[in-house]
Amino acid sequence: MAWSFRKSLALASLGVAAVLAGCEDPPIESQQRGYRGVALVQHYNPEDFAKLIEQNQVPAPATPAPEGGQKASEVYQNVEVLGHLNQAQFTRLMTAITQWVAPDQGCAYCHNLAQGFAYEDVYTKQVSRYMLRMTMDINQNWESHVQTNENQTGVTCYTCHRGNNLPQNVWWKNADDPQNAAGMMAGWTPDGQNGPNMKTVYTSLPGNPFERYLLGGGNLTQMIGVQGNQALPNPQSTDSIQATEATYGFMMHQSDALGVNCTYCHNSRSWNNWDQSPPQRVTAWHGQRMTRAINNDYIVPTTDLLPEKRLGPTGDAPKANCATCHNGVFKPLFGANMVKDYPSLDPNMTREEAAQLRKKLGPDHGANYGLPPRIGSENAEPAVDNRF
Amino acid sequence: MPEYQNIFTRVEVQGPGEAGLALPPGGTGRRFGKPMHNSWLGRIGHSQIGPIYLGWYGVASIICGFIAIEIIGLNMWASVGWDPIQFVRQGPWLALEPPPPEYGLSLPPLNQGGWWLLAGFFLTAAILLWWVRTYRRAIQLGMGTHVAWAFASAIWLYLVLGLIRPVMMGSWAEAVPFGIFPHLDWTAAFSIRYGNLFYNPFHMLSIVFLYGSTLLFAMHGATILATSRYGGERESEQITDRGTASERAALFWRWTMGFNATMESIHRWAWWFAVLTPLTGGIGILLTGTVVDNWYLWGVKHGLAPVYPDVFPGMTEMSNPALSGGGDMSGGTATAQ
Repeated sequence: MAWSFRKSLALASLGVAAVLAGCEDPPIESQQRGYRGVALVQHYNPEDFAKLIEQNQVPAPATPAPEGGQKASEVYQNVEVLGHLNQAQFTRLMTAITQWVAPDQGCAYCHNLAQGFAYEDVYTKQVSRYMLRMTMDINQNWESHVQTNENQTGVTCYTCHRGNNLPQNVWWKNADDPQNAAGMMAGWTPDGQNGPNMKTVYTSLPGNPFERYLLGGGNLTQMIGVQGNQALPNPQSTDSIQATEATYGFMMHQSDALGVNCTYCHNSRSWNNWDQSPPQRVTAWHGQRMTRAINNDYIVPTTDLLPEKRLGPTGDAPKANCATCHNGVFKPLFGANMVKDYPSLDPNMTREEAAQLRKKLGPDHGANYGLPPRIGSENAEPAVDNRF
Repeated sequence: MPEYQNIFTRVEVQGPGEAGLALPPGGTGRRFGKPMHNSWLGRIGHSQIGPIYLGWYGVASIICGFIAIEIIGLNMWASVGWDPIQFVRQGPWLALEPPPPEYGLSLPPLNQGGWWLLAGFFLTAAILLWWVRTYRRAIQLGMGTHVAWAFASAIWLYLVLGLIRPVMMGSWAEAVPFGIFPHLDWTAAFSIRYGNLFYNPFHMLSIVFLYGSTLLFAMHGATILATSRYGGERESEQITDRGTASERAALFWRWTMGFNATMESIHRWAWWFAVLTPLTGGIGILLTGTVVDNWYLWGVKHGLAPVYPDVFPGMTEMSNPALSGGGDMSGGTATAQ
């Protein structure tokens, strides 16, 4: 035979190697989080997880500012949002914000140093007021999403900014929908569908989930829920497969943004059944509404303030989605509480409460988070890990 | 001397080209092409290529199929702005979508699903014409029509997905898009919308027959290859004149599992398993949305879906924040836009 066994083997090995080149290195660790046999499992690559922990360390807090003294509004001009803080608290927070948002540019990022700190005509200063009000609103009114456990995690500027002027994960409206070809042969691809699209994690699902669900109005429960509540067909159950695909695309984003499987929030045997869902689904439900609210109330209004370089191809402001805060982690910064060090950002938290929380969580809080998840088989009982 | 005893074909027979039986007089079709041999083809099958019989049904089928593929392909190409590189790069994502739900069963504009209807019409015509061809060629060769009916089973599933069920649901939007990833995403969305297809008994049956088919195919293929040193591959002869290959194969299965199919019946097993896969699957799809809206709840209703221990004790149906009036429109969103 002209074609030897050896040649076949070499060719086959090459083929297998080419196919496997696209795979992730083993091992993958699994953590059981529900009853056995129902696929309520989270999968992690320990190497990637170690990198995530590295990327999600919290900067060391500054020493708490002393009480008393003059109010910032009495000392400085044009202090609209934080005027109730005393001068020391105000300066400390400004320094922290500089470190969180503009470590390279320093104060000059939001202030015109030549004209003085009170000078108003700097767009970043105008925007920062919206952002501060947003942060305080989230901590005050969205405890259902950001303070669901006894650690009262909350958010600060750092939750999203991480030392960047613009958080790394933001979104603009699509301008490059693959449906721009005009005419009869339009290649009809509704809703930005059927093109490689990171917004839906490279599925061919509708490509504008954020425009649909995280902006504007409408009843989100009706928009997202597509399954009927009765076994047999009924007039209430009218959602289309297209609506289902849109929901599916949005869910893909949430899963990707949190670095979790679908089963982090759902028992996949019945997506809309709350009885069997992990409690994280309730948190996520509020998160969807929170994200839409902050886009509508705090981010869209900054559009007119922003320079062209910040705007998207259709002239819209960079907006938030789940990844903006989560950055690939099920809890932003693995749930480390930074608000306890900067209680000015949470109108619900008194300075005494913050001090108690600091004492309770200890100085190493934050560094202790992000331990590799336990593997389910090591636990005789179904593991429902409170860290998640 | 080489023998048939490897998992790959090592013996290749090449002789003068076979023309086959003469066509009956008066037929309009004809065979064309001078037979040729290709040794690479011979490694996986018969080395002879041609002659081929097309006939009017074959020609009509190929034309319809070409039109369908053309409509699908050009629409996909248009969706990337006629860029040939992007057409290849994004190829697996591209699609020709059915009309959106608001059109129901009415005729939509071409660029709102009209092309999808046209492509579907021509593809269906091509498939049905090809079916006629498989039926007529079998009759002409004096064969049974088993191949045609097996093909018809697959066509049944195709028609349920793209025609019968959408018509019963009153909307073309219920049908499958043309496209590689898009039709897979459609499949997942279809199961999600109708409450988990895994609780659909006909879906279960279809899976049984699908996996059963692969198992039977593996068992049968292995048995014949394993007995080919005794002439096991001469299956039809072994049916009427049972030889040692057949005896050994039968004995092997009786020893290992107490029962054996026969050289003849194993092919009925395989044919029925294969045919029943799309047949039962098509019934399952047809019932979805028309007769049952949520297969999981249907499974609960009929004691099919087991109840698992409550590992999330705090969670009940009342945990749905929308039920507690929990500000679904909160955060100022109700007034926005």
